[in-house]
Amino acid sequence: MPASNSNHSKAPNGKMSIEDLQKMAVQVRLDIIHMIHKAKAGHPGGSLSAADIVTALYFRVMNIDPHNPDWPDRDRFILSKGHACPVWYAALAERGYFDKKHLDTLRRLNSILQGHADMKKTPGVDMTVGSLGQGLSAGVGMALAARVLKKDYHVWVVIGDGEAQEGAIWEAAMAGAKWKLDNLTVVVDNNGIQNDTFTDEVMPLGDLPAKWKAFGWHVMEIDGHDMAQIVPALEEAKTIKGIPTVIIAKTVKGKGVSFMENVPAWHGKAPNDEQAEIAISEIRRQLS
Amino acid sequence: MTINHALYHYVRPEVVDKLTSDDLFKTLPSQATRYAYAEAILELGEKDPRIVVLDADVSKSIGTNKFAEKFPDRSFNFGIAEQNMMAAAAGMATTGLIPFASTYAVFASMRALDQVRNSIHYPHLNVKIAASHSGITPGPDGVTHQAQEDISIMRALAGSCVIAPADSPTTKQAVYAAAAYEGPVYLSFTRDPVPILFDESFPFEIGKAVTIRDGDDVAVIAMRDLVIQALIAAERLAQEEGIQARVIYCHTIKPLDTEAVLQAAQETGAVVVAENNVTFGGLGSAVAELLVANYPIPMRQIGVKDTFAESGPYLEVIHKYGLTAPHIANAVREVLAHKARFFKQPNLSAAIV
Repeated sequence: MPASNSNHSKAPNGKMSIEDLQKMAVQVRLDIIHMIHKAKAGHPGGSLSAADIVTALYFRVMNIDPHNPDWPDRDRFILSKGHACPVWYAALAERGYFDKKHLDTLRRLNSILQGHADMKKTPGVDMTVGSLGQGLSAGVGMALAARVLKKDYHVWVVIGDGEAQEGAIWEAAMAGAKWKLDNLTVVVDNNGIQNDTFTDEVMPLGDLPAKWKAFGWHVMEIDGHDMAQIVPALEEAKTIKGIPTVIIAKTVKGKGVSFMENVPAWHGKAPNDEQAEIAISEIRRQLS
Repeated sequence: MTINHALYHYVRPEVVDKLTSDDLFKTLPSQATRYAYAEAILELGEKDPRIVVLDADVSKSIGTNKFAEKFPDRSFNFGIAEQNMMAAAAGMATTGLIPFASTYAVFASMRALDQVRNSIHYPHLNVKIAASHSGITPGPDGVTHQAQEDISIMRALAGSCVIAPADSPTTKQAVYAAAAYEGPVYLSFTRDPVPILFDESFPFEIGKAVTIRDGDDVAVIAMRDLVIQALIAAERLAQEEGIQARVIYCHTIKPLDTEAVLQAAQETGAVVVAENNVTFGGLGSAVAELLVANYPIPMRQIGVKDTFAESGPYLEVIHKYGLTAPHIANAVREVLAHKARFFKQPNLSAAIV
């Protein structure tokens, strides 16, 4: 397993600098390749495309305590595109929610790391996900619960662009606007590819920013791989009042591995030994 | 012939007196159990601040609009979006709230099944699904609103708890019990009025079937709106044919009260299950699965066969589709004839232990 750099994984307050976040995202990508290669199955493309967003949330933006994963006042995170859970597991392990040795057990019998994330098995996983189009609804429920319970936690939900083909996403979008859920932020990992091929071929999403705007959300558009854009956008989302925020993050599926980038085939297939070696060396080079 | 009241337990005496009269449904006090749910949740809201009610644009039909008026901060109408409501209920439950997600049974168990399975049951979250218009109780509404499969579907989910109360008082008890129970519960209510059979002294406990009429010739196990039909059939069989049927009110389909069912099977030697639900996968299937593995005796099922029903007044629809007292009585006669042949088999004691 690639060793993690103890300098940034042990940041005292969990608030990393942009530079350290970039390094951590590299580490998260190494973990993703490692665990999917070891498991001989999984979804590298959408895990790599979300790596920078998830890293920014776990190591800079979210109010969380890895030693107390059930802390009632914590920010909630839901990776609604649950097949990309290797990125979630990597971030949780690097952040100290559980020992990194578990990453070797992804998708194995008796593992705490299921093929799609299971909140009852994995410390830090706030919602069981996998069937697309449900995580945002769960996030709406958590955001409403904060009101009932008079808590000021923030709920962060990452969805896929392909996932937005599910009608339930738009049911939840309506609800977020109805209840003015300013404690809810959605990040769309807009990588343009789904299981079969490019989203534009399968079922075009059209003008996503216009759609969310029409549904009553505050819309931001960023480069989902540029920490200098990701962090300010996430921070700004927390300050928007009276309306929920969606950040549409342009991403590259398979980001960081040349032969996976923008190639639909890498949605849900594991690299073989040789491919994993090349992938790891390519990602490592980004550290320098 | 006078009715032997001593055979009945917990059934209100005025109900017992009416069991053989044709005007029972017209004269007995009755209420749709959906309204009993609405009353119970209003009382619960007062007692427990963790109770929240989620609606999907049928709050007026169910009566949860009263909860919304009284507790606007704990009431959430999701509109015609049952899938979103169910997964949002799951999200709320993760925080310690106790959501009651209310809609019609067809939508709760079918439209939103993926959310009910993956977001509620898989993580075993503490969501209560309050499903009105269960079974073919919405007679006039027609097939799209008749949830003749909901009990079967919900029973198939791992870790599910499925309750179908027979009348308003036990519905209120069921709602209270569900709120106190840790984990998902599916509560099934009627659209149409059903007679008030019991009072508050009924010993309601999740998973405990209750014998409400004694008898040793045959056991009739019934749920929800067919409990009254089973009682009518039993009293008529006693008066007209001298057959003494034990009637068991099995309000909890899952977890099934295996002890009560096996005891009844052993003491009577013949079982009829009566449910307003398809005969595939519901209470009848649950009893059959238990008996075939433990005490395989003659059994008959009353339920909706392999067909959709149609619009019509509730009692006329369930009669046409074979779910009323005369059908139960026929099933009892059949199973008793089978029982007579069955227990004459040589070496039976070796086959049935």
